[in-house]
Amino acid sequence: MSITDFLTDLLNPDLAFLPKALAIAVMSSIVCGVVGCYVVLRGMAFIGDAVAHAVFPGIAVAFVLQGSLVLGGAVAGVATALLIAIFSQNRRVKEDSIIGVFLVGAFALGIVTISQAPGYAGSLQQFLFGSITGIPDRDLYVVGGTGLVILGLVLALHKEFVAVCLDREMSRSMGLSVFWLDIVLYVLVTLAVVISLQTIGNILVLALLITPAAAARLLTDRLGVMMLLAPLIGGVAATVGLYLSWSYDTPVGGTIVLVATAVFLAAWLFAPRHGLLTRRWRRPGGQELGGDVHPSPRPALSQAK
Amino acid sequence: MRALDIEGLDVDLGGRPVLRDIRLHLDRGELVGLLGPNGAGKTTLLRAVLALTRTRGGTVTVEGKPSRPGRSEIGYVPQRHEFTWDFPISVEQAVMSGRTGRIRLLRRPGVADWRAVGDALDRVQLTGLRRRPVGELSGGQRQRVLVARALALAPRILLLDEPFTGLDMPTQELLGDLFTSLAAEDRAVLMTTHDLVAAVDSCTRLVLLNGRIIADGQPADLQDAELWTKTFGVSETSPLLKLVRAT
Repeated sequence: MSITDFLTDLLNPDLAFLPKALAIAVMSSIVCGVVGCYVVLRGMAFIGDAVAHAVFPGIAVAFVLQGSLVLGGAVAGVATALLIAIFSQNRRVKEDSIIGVFLVGAFALGIVTISQAPGYAGSLQQFLFGSITGIPDRDLYVVGGTGLVILGLVLALHKEFVAVCLDREMSRSMGLSVFWLDIVLYVLVTLAVVISLQTIGNILVLALLITPAAAARLLTDRLGVMMLLAPLIGGVAATVGLYLSWSYDTPVGGTIVLVATAVFLAAWLFAPRHGLLTRRWRRPGGQELGGDVHPSPRPALSQAK
Repeated sequence: MRALDIEGLDVDLGGRPVLRDIRLHLDRGELVGLLGPNGAGKTTLLRAVLALTRTRGGTVTVEGKPSRPGRSEIGYVPQRHEFTWDFPISVEQAVMSGRTGRIRLLRRPGVADWRAVGDALDRVQLTGLRRRPVGELSGGQRQRVLVARALALAPRILLLDEPFTGLDMPTQELLGDLFTSLAAEDRAVLMTTHDLVAAVDSCTRLVLLNGRIIADGQPADLQDAELWTKTFGVSETSPLLKLVRAT
């Protein structure tokens, strides 16, 4: 299918679900891209995974009760994030084990809950792998509104999040409340995951959080640039992924994730400074490591290297 | 008024006694080396001064007031591995992160903040590298970034945790000179170290710690072998004692 056909389909009133799906996919990948930068830089990928699984019981309950899936997922995800934060205060069991326990526990609860609903097999697949049909208009506003709240909080607390990422001990000594900042960050990750579930699905949602941010990290050494690149990569992956999925009739979540993965691999190979191939090509000229690494303006200190 | 005044401090960690009856005073202009084996409680003592650990008894007074996180005039330089060096951030932004607690919520750094960061970078002679990503720095440069981050608060007291560990001799010497001059600028500097040579060389006073304070005096007064065997639990023939006698 050509791009023109895709645009025509987007504007076709009979296919109203398509622009809605695109809007939700793009909005959620932008939000996930921004939040994902903290997740990647702090090495919290596993927490993202846990939260993604933890929202499942909430969604199951919402499905059984015919309530809002986004709301149900958010409540369950935030509850699990809080439980993880509280339980990891006890240092006898390491945080990754706590996360593991709650991850599978919550997912199991979701499976048991949804099995109580009649005709659950089809809906189960929709939760797990995402879908572009059947998105109510209300969800469009919920996702947009939640996304704005998340981005607003990131903007407001950015310097505090950075300080905690850099050095927890120093942050404590400055009087920052590291525990509460952690909780706010967990909640933001949860909300970003919840709003992305609809299109991407439960299993693959982690990719929206991690892959664009990781690719952006390969492309730059500046945090500000990274936090702009990651949502850009996510948004492009969502758009291209949806187009390919619509053209070739492939599952939408999987296609979006594959596009994002391709961008990551390209960044890994061709990134301007740290790419594998870029480095290899540059080596024959090879002076990169010379005189430039320790240029201190004052001779007294540069001798010390 | 003393810069730092610790009286009868007791600290337990996980129900076990770590520090007992610590009595330690620092005046401005002093560079005090805190020496002791692993597990002696050196870092715990620094954390107690910062009010980051619960104390069982005793008092910590900083510039005449009880110590409180974010309120006291203390610059803290933790061990180098506490910092996330692969974070995509420049040297000057890393130093600015030391002022996060001073800048109010929702506010961005202002002129005064940037001026403080500029002064701190000048002081440790990193101004020429201020835009470099921290991940590309050498060990000695990283240590200076952490010192600059502490100095960005213009503190009266500087606490340094193992600043010499993993650095070569010339770098240690330069840092030692830096700490000496920071102390001479009317600051009280307390640093923990394993490095006896660097400590004897640069410190005005040495404190030997192993759960309790074993000795407290000028390097020249600590020649008694028994103090060192008691602190470090080494035998009379240990190379450490040869080093003590040689310095």
